[in-house]
Amino acid sequence: MKLKGTVHKYGADVNTDVIIPARYLNVSEPAELACHCMEDLDKDFVKRVKPGDIIMADTNFGCGSSREHAPLAIKAAGISCIVAKSFARIFYRNAMNIGLPLLECPEAVEGTNSGDLLGVTLATGEIRNITRKLVYQAKPYPEFMLELMNSGGLIEYTRKRLESRRTR
Amino acid sequence: MTLAEKILAAYAGKKIVSPGELITARVDLVLANDITAPIAIKEFQRLGLKKVFDPRRVVMVPDHFVPNKDIASAEQAKLMREFALEQKLVYFEVGCMGIEHVLLPEQGLVLPGEVIIGADSHTCTYGALGAFATGMGSTDIAAAMATGDIWMKVPPTIKFIYQGKLRKWVTGKDLILYTIGNIGVDGALYSCMEFTGPAIDALSMDSRFTMANMAIEAGGKAGLFRVDSKTLEYVQLRARRKYTVFQPDDDAEYDKVIEYDASAIEPQVAFPHLPSNTRPISKVGDIKIDQVVIGSCTNGRMDDLRLAHQVLYGQRVHPQVRCIIIPGSQQVYLQALKEGLLEDFVQAGAVVSTPTCGPCLGGYMGVLAAGERAVSTTNRNFVGRMGSPKSEVYLAGPAVAAASAVLGRIASPEEVVR
Repeated sequence: MKLKGTVHKYGADVNTDVIIPARYLNVSEPAELACHCMEDLDKDFVKRVKPGDIIMADTNFGCGSSREHAPLAIKAAGISCIVAKSFARIFYRNAMNIGLPLLECPEAVEGTNSGDLLGVTLATGEIRNITRKLVYQAKPYPEFMLELMNSGGLIEYTRKRLESRRTR
Repeated sequence: MTLAEKILAAYAGKKIVSPGELITARVDLVLANDITAPIAIKEFQRLGLKKVFDPRRVVMVPDHFVPNKDIASAEQAKLMREFALEQKLVYFEVGCMGIEHVLLPEQGLVLPGEVIIGADSHTCTYGALGAFATGMGSTDIAAAMATGDIWMKVPPTIKFIYQGKLRKWVTGKDLILYTIGNIGVDGALYSCMEFTGPAIDALSMDSRFTMANMAIEAGGKAGLFRVDSKTLEYVQLRARRKYTVFQPDDDAEYDKVIEYDASAIEPQVAFPHLPSNTRPISKVGDIKIDQVVIGSCTNGRMDDLRLAHQVLYGQRVHPQVRCIIIPGSQQVYLQALKEGLLEDFVQAGAVVSTPTCGPCLGGYMGVLAAGERAVSTTNRNFVGRMGSPKSEVYLAGPAVAAASAVLGRIASPEEVVR
């Protein structure tokens, strides 16, 4: 899958409390959560973001709580993928499980600014900075992760597993 | 193999596992709360299954916004309650409930050598019992509710050795804040932390729960303690199932070994807005505060309340400070009541609440206004964690929190108890 969008760039340790503050966790509808996405870090994010845009960040993106509301809010806000130097592990699982692709690529983060136009090819991990005419290579996905993504997320993957158990 | 590797190998049905290896592990218990369960239930229902894999091994605890804080929360709690009753899950209603990570060990539902996953990042608390316990999101929990297993990458283990004897007023909270201050909020990213050494052997179970609880604040997947006589004494009274004790091999390979002189560690305070932003109490300076919270899955146990009581007894909470004390479970509440602690807290001018996660995540029961500062025994001090994005949270142990409540500024217990 090829993705293309404008970059919204952030620093290190962007935590799930600023991605979606707990005062909004009394609901779990993605569209409602999306209205408050990044509110405590970047108040105008929801006004600026356009479908397909890409979030970029330094290390440890998504640290803190296990709230799946965080990747759900980001996905429903229209973000197509996140490129960071590294991700917190629960956030990584959550995002991949719900079909929000994440890529780890420190070089791309270093070489990109907010507002740049980025092209991403998920299958190969190629990241193109279209604005600056630069190409980067993200860490490849482990085989299992590709299988999970190709299934369409963890629930679809689990459904297949349960079916194969039954037919065995 | 390390302790984590030993447990994971057994649960993956393998003789040996090594860091980085992808495994499917059986789970003993799957947990969700009133915030994470609604999404997990919705995802579980997408699988088209009638029943969870084993209702005795799926636990749901209403604790975050319960007793219901508003209509929307009431709807979420209701959705979870109805699913739990219909599926005959292990469920704790208001009146029996507690903050999940205080409640489950107390109820003997999490045991040494087990694999536990929970849709709450502080599920790592159970590492204090020598269990491999880790937090996940709602969809992972939905899948595990269906299959009774989970995919996992075997984490490398970092071994922490705490030498020496702790100073007065220093607890597990100070050791873990010091550690996070030392290695950073991603210092143990994707790794398992193993806590060892003479200072750890001397720690109470309550202090061990506090330390394991905050492994996630260093990015850790789990925070494990070896099982010793204190662990066994704790679980023997409570265990509802048989359990197996695993010990790490003498020749286990660690990713890193980090050693501290625990006798040099003072009570710690983590400044806004990261748990790693720590300072010893002697270097804090003059910081006025508006609120104190003593409780949470980190510090809502009997040791914590007794320590706070040692400082607050016979004192008055500063007239410009709201001091909120929250026992972590009904059992803790009742014990504190019997020991007379709650009466003394109220006499001192504190308020005592029913168990809830409430203020820790800025839910309710102590939300901060813009410009306000709190000293809290909770686990996170991110921007907006406890309310307004313009408020500030300082993390500390119960003794510093109680002393701060009395003096109206961040203070050492030695300034109050002489």
